[in-house]
Amino acid sequence: MKGRYATAVLLLAVLVADPARGAQAPTRAVTESQVHEVAAELRCVVCQNLSVADSPSEMARQMRAIVRERLEAGESPARVIQYFVDRYGEWILLSPRRSGFTLLVWLAPLAAVAIGFAIVSTLVWRWTRRPASASTPPRVDPAMRERIRRETETEP
Amino acid sequence: MSRRAWRWLIPASALPVLALLAYGFRVNPREIPSPLVGRPAPSFTLTAFDGAPVTLEAQRGRVVVVNFWASWCYPACYDEAPVLERSWRAYRDRGVVVIGVDIQDTTEAAKNFVRDFGLTFPNARDPSGKVSVDYGTYGVPETFFIDRRGRIRAKHVGALTDGVVRVHVDALLAEPAG
Repeated sequence: MKGRYATAVLLLAVLVADPARGAQAPTRAVTESQVHEVAAELRCVVCQNLSVADSPSEMARQMRAIVRERLEAGESPARVIQYFVDRYGEWILLSPRRSGFTLLVWLAPLAAVAIGFAIVSTLVWRWTRRPASASTPPRVDPAMRERIRRETETEP
Repeated sequence: MSRRAWRWLIPASALPVLALLAYGFRVNPREIPSPLVGRPAPSFTLTAFDGAPVTLEAQRGRVVVVNFWASWCYPACYDEAPVLERSWRAYRDRGVVVIGVDIQDTTEAAKNFVRDFGLTFPNARDPSGKVSVDYGTYGVPETFFIDRRGRIRAKHVGALTDGVVRVHVDALLAEPAG
């Protein structure tokens, strides 16, 4: 009974086991640019604003090696990226996903530009529509006009 | 739109931005919650500095403290090394294992570190970095507390203190075995 249980567990472990982990020999050739493409999507965890592709750090070098190994084992680029997301969260992605909450990051700038454009065009429309009377010179009453005339004439 | 409405609209439009900033400045960008907490601990097999194999699987049924460190990680790793050794000695008879995983290091420097601090719990180098990536580590030191069933239950970033170890380990020991 115990033996059967152990066999079942072992069988399950084999079925569930990560294909990349067990793979020793590469099953397909992967170019440097394919590795770069995936690594450029990932944030270097020990750097400030650098991708795994661009960082010279030891950690990034090891992560590139992991990317290469998983690609060689036959994983799709999307699955390799998911492997990192599962461990680090979506924080690891240099460009946030275009879905859920992070969709806001993509839409907010567009919304801001649209709102700004609406405000500017409304203001411009208002300013250009202002009545012409506003530009006519201010009225001067006859007494003031007389005083100005007198003062300018007495100037030498 | 009336003039009155406009007067309110401009400050009101700044509110969401201010709220976002208020939130953003309050959270610590270094404390990113690990998606691994609550999930099965990734298995690993490494070779300890003394040549013995170190596997997580072999520790099933015990509370495991996995600590990621490096000899160049000063002062945090230097501060916590005596804490780990103390904890290991205090808890080893109660079914607790401490495993040190040395990352991004040279064997020479790491061996000196283990010798200088007189560490007696299993310590192994992770030469390819696979274990550290499997655990989603950002740097050193980071420590994972794994329950008897092999699930990651807590992650601590930064140097450990006796208090931190006690809180997590005691909580996991208090859980019924199996």
